[in-house]
Amino acid sequence: MAASAVHSDYDVAVVGGGLVGVATAWGLAREGCRVVVLDEGDRAVRASRGNFALVWVQSKGLGLAPYAGWTIRSSSAWRGFSDLLKQETGLDVCFQRPGGFHLALSEKELEARAAILQRLHNQPGIVDYQTEILDHAQVAKMLPDIGPEVVGASYCALDGHVNSLRLFRTLHVAIADRGVTYLPSHRVETITREGGEFRLATPHGEIRAGKVALAAGNANMRLAPMVGLEAPMRPERGQIVVTERLRPFLNYPVVTLRQTDEGTVMIGDSKEESVDPSGLTLGVSATEVERAVRQFPLLANVNVVRTWSAIRVMTQDGFPIYDESESHPGAFTVCCHSGVTLAANHALTVAPMIARGALDKSLVAPFSARRFHVQKAG
Amino acid sequence: MFKRLADASAAGAAVTLTVDGKPVSAREGDTVAAALLAAGIDHCRTTPVSGAPRAPYCLMGVCFECLVTIDGVGSRQGCLIPVRTGMKVETQLGKREAGR
Repeated sequence: MAASAVHSDYDVAVVGGGLVGVATAWGLAREGCRVVVLDEGDRAVRASRGNFALVWVQSKGLGLAPYAGWTIRSSSAWRGFSDLLKQETGLDVCFQRPGGFHLALSEKELEARAAILQRLHNQPGIVDYQTEILDHAQVAKMLPDIGPEVVGASYCALDGHVNSLRLFRTLHVAIADRGVTYLPSHRVETITREGGEFRLATPHGEIRAGKVALAAGNANMRLAPMVGLEAPMRPERGQIVVTERLRPFLNYPVVTLRQTDEGTVMIGDSKEESVDPSGLTLGVSATEVERAVRQFPLLANVNVVRTWSAIRVMTQDGFPIYDESESHPGAFTVCCHSGVTLAANHALTVAPMIARGALDKSLVAPFSARRFHVQKAG
Repeated sequence: MFKRLADASAAGAAVTLTVDGKPVSAREGDTVAAALLAAGIDHCRTTPVSGAPRAPYCLMGVCFECLVTIDGVGSRQGCLIPVRTGMKVETQLGKREAGR
């Protein structure tokens, strides 16, 4: 069936089979669309297999106030989203939303943290979500294993985390169950619009679809201009250190450190301007681990079982891009850094807009790439 | 289940270690994993997620099945560490506790 389906028509072709693509494809299939997902092969540079798996709110929105509201919308929809996935697939993606911490290891760090949050919440039009600054004793009540160097933290009750590898697998199972055609090793080379439909050229032939949704991460930069859109990106590398499985000691995710449902501790959050996904640098992972041990001294003699680096999908200003093409009606971009946090929005809010053929400007107008066209000051 | 070969010339001097507090005899040159198997200890840990029993398997540092706590340090690979007199070996149940 798959072989004969390749050249038939689809309502929507989703370009990209990572978390953003499959969340969008699942949402489209729920709207009754016939969907094909065109993906690269196993060697694709795939953020969805390397990410840190936070469903995160605090700090989001500094510089673009509507991003805070958009993030909170997804964070609040996440429980229902994971319940729907469980009903359909029987798989549990282990979503938890206990609130999350950003720990400070000096008074200077804590003051900087407080200043950022104040600037964030002073912006006009911001949804004033609660992020509290706590001192050492207040943090220790919730995180009893913090070290003496932790002077305080910011805490936001809306933060959570998930098992993102299981989320990735669950969404793939869910789209298969709903009859979505998934075509790996179908890297899209060119997209043209002829006779009212899109033609997507791949190494395995041409795919035709009524609409196209670009969800190809950093590769949207190459693809978007083919349909009269743009997606200015600046990929960024992050490195993650992973420990052996430990008895649960951490009941809340920290922005740089979290314990998974199966006991593993992930330590991360480095940022480098590099696009080499195979590069690991000891200096970066050593710094991450040194801070982790100062935050939680009981980690000092724990074994590290794995380290990896991955490339973040990142737009030039860090905020999502959702656009529809004027020159190529039916072409959309779905592009963002936070494919885990925003998965509920992509499935339950953005996909229905694409199914209807028009973005709801009241929700996503601030995220158009047109914002990059502000005139430069002389 | 396992028996030492009779070739006495290959056997090192006797070494006594403890496993979960009980004395166990081994031979100099044995790895911790070999000493456990020779002593008839049929599993050295239970897994962190499902709690299934595990015993030394590959004996060459690859499979990580033989993890034990040695002298207070958890999740050491028993097949890579030679026995010493007075060594304290503890079997591991489920997930390791951080901080010990």
